[in-house]
Amino acid sequence: MSNKMVETRKISAPLDDTTAASLRCGEKVLISGVVYTGRDAAHKKMTEALARGEGLPFDMKGQVIYFVGPAPAPPGKVIGSAGPTTSGRMDAYSPGLLANGLKGMIGKGLRSPEVIQAIRENGAVYFGAIGGAGALLASCIKEAEVIAYPELGTEAVRRLVIEDFPAIVLIDSLGQNLYETGRKEYQILG
Amino acid sequence: MKEIHVNEVISAVEKLCIEANCILNQDVIDALNKALGIEESSQGREVLQQLLENAEIAAKENIPICQDTGMAVLFVEVGQNLHVIGGDLTGALNEGVRRGYEKGFLRKSIVKDPFNRINTGDNTPAVIHYEIVSGDKIGITIAPKGFGSENMGALKMFKPSDGLPAVKNFIVETVDKAGPNPCPPIVVGVGLGGTMEKAAYLAKKALLRPIGESNPVEEYARLEQELLTQINHLGIGPQGFGGRTTALAVNIEVFPTHIAGLPAAVNINCHVTRHRQVVLEGRVSSCE
Repeated sequence: MSNKMVETRKISAPLDDTTAASLRCGEKVLISGVVYTGRDAAHKKMTEALARGEGLPFDMKGQVIYFVGPAPAPPGKVIGSAGPTTSGRMDAYSPGLLANGLKGMIGKGLRSPEVIQAIRENGAVYFGAIGGAGALLASCIKEAEVIAYPELGTEAVRRLVIEDFPAIVLIDSLGQNLYETGRKEYQILG
Repeated sequence: MKEIHVNEVISAVEKLCIEANCILNQDVIDALNKALGIEESSQGREVLQQLLENAEIAAKENIPICQDTGMAVLFVEVGQNLHVIGGDLTGALNEGVRRGYEKGFLRKSIVKDPFNRINTGDNTPAVIHYEIVSGDKIGITIAPKGFGSENMGALKMFKPSDGLPAVKNFIVETVDKAGPNPCPPIVVGVGLGGTMEKAAYLAKKALLRPIGESNPVEEYARLEQELLTQINHLGIGPQGFGGRTTALAVNIEVFPTHIAGLPAAVNINCHVTRHRQVVLEGRVSSCE
């Protein structure tokens, strides 16, 4: 897909089942709507809450989690620099959240076979945002509010309102993975 | 003998923290522009363009290039004829980090203990490498290190009989395994020789070298180029979406080692390769 011009598709979050199932690996999207932030510590807490039979900070059904720990908001801004963190650290927790209705994840980097399997089983999507483009991505975040675990600071769960947030489908609901297909085209062996 | 007051060190470090995190160095901007000219993948070119746009926004709005403003790694060269007054130097360096991260709205990413994981709240302590050098100045380089890339580093103690081919494989394999995780295009720091910790230190220090500057020893300069080509043949590309630009540079630092050993360390930096330096002059000591 790398040299074909792919149309950018506008989608909204939370994600409905039809949209999630129709997205394909390599497809470029602009996401608008509501997503929730969560990274290492929040994922651990949410998973522990589930194990104790307690509720989650928000209803997971159809939701999208953005793996990010933003920089503090300077005066006049809703959030500081806010690019994706490495998703692999959430691999231990993502299958449990997907089983509870989570439909999309935004991050960067490789996922485990268990996560890919859970993405397929739950008709979910793994999106990639550009790692290290935190200043650019922050400009697509219009509102940010801490809704759970404020004691975690940057790792707290935030409800974000995003507008035309640029992302690419890394792993689709069929389990197709851009990190494998994209790379093969440019690999020079020997 | 000259002297310098800790307050001067504190303000210098405070300023360095903010500048290093918000202004992408020109060598990286030049390297990204150069990559844009040769990258064959349209998706890859788009990523490179967005990284350049991101750097512009960060500099203009004085916000961090990346939300991971890193663990503050400081390389400090203290002239042996310089006397630090008004407090202790390590305390001053940490105070500078504390103030810089607060004032610059930089993220506080340090936890107090590897297991209790409680945030220290001020991004201290910094990791400080001291070197005593001749002269009466103090040189401070800050290299804020993000952990998406730091986590992808590796170290191996080879047998001397393993030789260069095994070490080359190890370096390329480390980048191969890291794939998209360290936010390519990356800069690869390599430390060869010394002891275990010396190799790791050299790999980190290699990342301070500006992109485009080679190792002064010709055979290592050639090795840097050879490894860069091999790494770019991996096809990982910008952000791992596939492409020709996986690394912008491979920087190798070498040190003598033991008859029984061949330590090799690889430290990876993301495209936000940050470092900024200041040299502070002391004043003539009041007691002379």
